[in-house]
Amino acid sequence: MNRVVALRAGPAVAEPMVEVRGLSKVYPGGVEALSDITLNFPKGKLTTLLGPSGCGKTTLLKIVAGLIPASAGEVSVGGRKVTGPGPERAFVFQDFALLPWATVLRNVAFGLELRGTGRWEREATARRHIEEVGLKGFEDAYPHQLSGGMRQRVGLARALAVDAEVLLMDEPFSAVDEQTRRKFQEDLLALVAGKGKTFLFVTHSIEEAVYVSNRIVLLSRRPSRVSEIIEPDIPRDLPPDRIRRHSAYIDTVEEIWQGLKRYLE
Amino acid sequence: MAAAPWALRAASFVVVFAAWEYAGRLPVNPAFPPFSDTLVAAGEMVADLSLVAALGVTLWPLAVGVALSSLAGVAAGVAMGLSRRAEWLFVPVFIVLQAAPLAALIPILVLAYGVGLLSKVMTVCIMAMPVIVLNSFKAIRHAPSSLIEMGHSFLGSRRQIIAKVILPAASPVIFAGLRLGLAAGFIGAILAELLISPTGIGDLITYHQSVADYPKMYAAIATVIVLSVLFIGLLDRAEIALFRPERRSAR
Ligand SMILES: Nc1ncnc2c1ncn2[C@@H]1O[C@H](COP(=O)(O)OP(=O)(O)OP(=O)(O)O)[C@@H](O)[C@H]1O
Ligand SMILES: [Mg+2]
Repeated sequence: MNRVVALRAGPAVAEPMVEVRGLSKVYPGGVEALSDITLNFPKGKLTTLLGPSGCGKTTLLKIVAGLIPASAGEVSVGGRKVTGPGPERAFVFQDFALLPWATVLRNVAFGLELRGTGRWEREATARRHIEEVGLKGFEDAYPHQLSGGMRQRVGLARALAVDAEVLLMDEPFSAVDEQTRRKFQEDLLALVAGKGKTFLFVTHSIEEAVYVSNRIVLLSRRPSRVSEIIEPDIPRDLPPDRIRRHSAYIDTVEEIWQGLKRYLE
Repeated sequence: MAAAPWALRAASFVVVFAAWEYAGRLPVNPAFPPFSDTLVAAGEMVADLSLVAALGVTLWPLAVGVALSSLAGVAAGVAMGLSRRAEWLFVPVFIVLQAAPLAALIPILVLAYGVGLLSKVMTVCIMAMPVIVLNSFKAIRHAPSSLIEMGHSFLGSRRQIIAKVILPAASPVIFAGLRLGLAAGFIGAILAELLISPTGIGDLITYHQSVADYPKMYAAIATVIVLSVLFIGLLDRAEIALFRPERRSAR
């Protein structure tokens, strides 16, 4: 893999990790989901896609993942054109997509299993990530024995275990209660700060988007275009409760709400 | 709590046998013996080995037919589920077979293959195969697309996705088809012995009916039912042991 390694200094000049150029998607049957989307996703940052339901967020994420083909335009990741799924991208599915007949350990190790990693090595890696997402002790449990939030974390651990540079997260916190959600959001911030990975994140929650994102892309109603890009200027080093009461946080939430309101008629 | 399912199961047997006993003693029909008489007759037939010998004869075409239908049926169904071309080629055949009245086909089988083992094996196959094929086909087609997509996104090859995602996901419905196929195979085996040439259990049923020994006739019939239930239970166990570890721990 000939990945371009950035040698430039300075955290502000994040180069794009994922580039989307002129992307359109018309589903067979004529639904036009995306129309001429051009976007960059900066390396090491978390970019959120926010927009009305059915506007094409999942579609965009799946095209970036190489799971469905685009009708026009192209996507490149780390400078290489996307033609299918690749080892540098990992998907966290909204519906978890866990194998019900496999233990937590095998589920988390499944990406590595498909890559042909040896059993001992992949299980050691999986155990590390299970611990990282706070599921130590549940290695031998089956998905149906876990709560929704725990399953969500299994899906996250599976994506982390393959050590991809780009994490594609489709409403990863949709299935959990508010308390768990806030805990996940804080964990996510730590993950973004710690690993230098690039995150593409989809959510329906404006508050969540503002809280976790370096950049927020507002999409218009179908066929989707980029209507606005917002970079919340929030001091990340504050404790969570202070962030949620920070004026920049509150103002950004309001700004986005005003921006999205017009799609509600 | 653990004892409750067993207690309920036992209660359900008691109710059925009591109803049988009651109906037999009324009697609903002179040709319908009570449960106790049937049980005694079964005991006698086990003792004089006639039941055991008959089972040995009946189980032979049954075992061959069910084994063939299972192997070929699952393979055909899986192939049809994985490939559109195989689907177009084979699905209509099995739908017609499933709908066709078997009794109408038996004379043709006898014409083609005579009255020996081959015709009986064919009868079992015709009964068992369609439901096995069609269930396997549907099981593969309905494997959750989100799991398949997950397999692709984590770089699974087609072969890996079939072996590690599609087949395990399909196994419950495939096994449901095998259970139905096994039950249908039992029907086929007995029908073959009643309609093609009287041997084994079919012979016992025909013979005891002709001499009006109804308890023995019913004992022969009940033996087939008990055996069928036993085998289906075994299949259930096999499935859970082989493919469904999560259901093992759920017990
Ligand atoms: N496989 C498909 N075939 C045809 N149309 C589709 C398909 N998948 C999605 N669509 C359509 O494309 C549009 C965008 O769908 P998509 O799932 O990307 O929306 P979304 O932004 O993720 O919505 P939500 O926020 O509700 O999850 C929708 O109108 C949907 O009906
Ligand atoms: Mg979606």
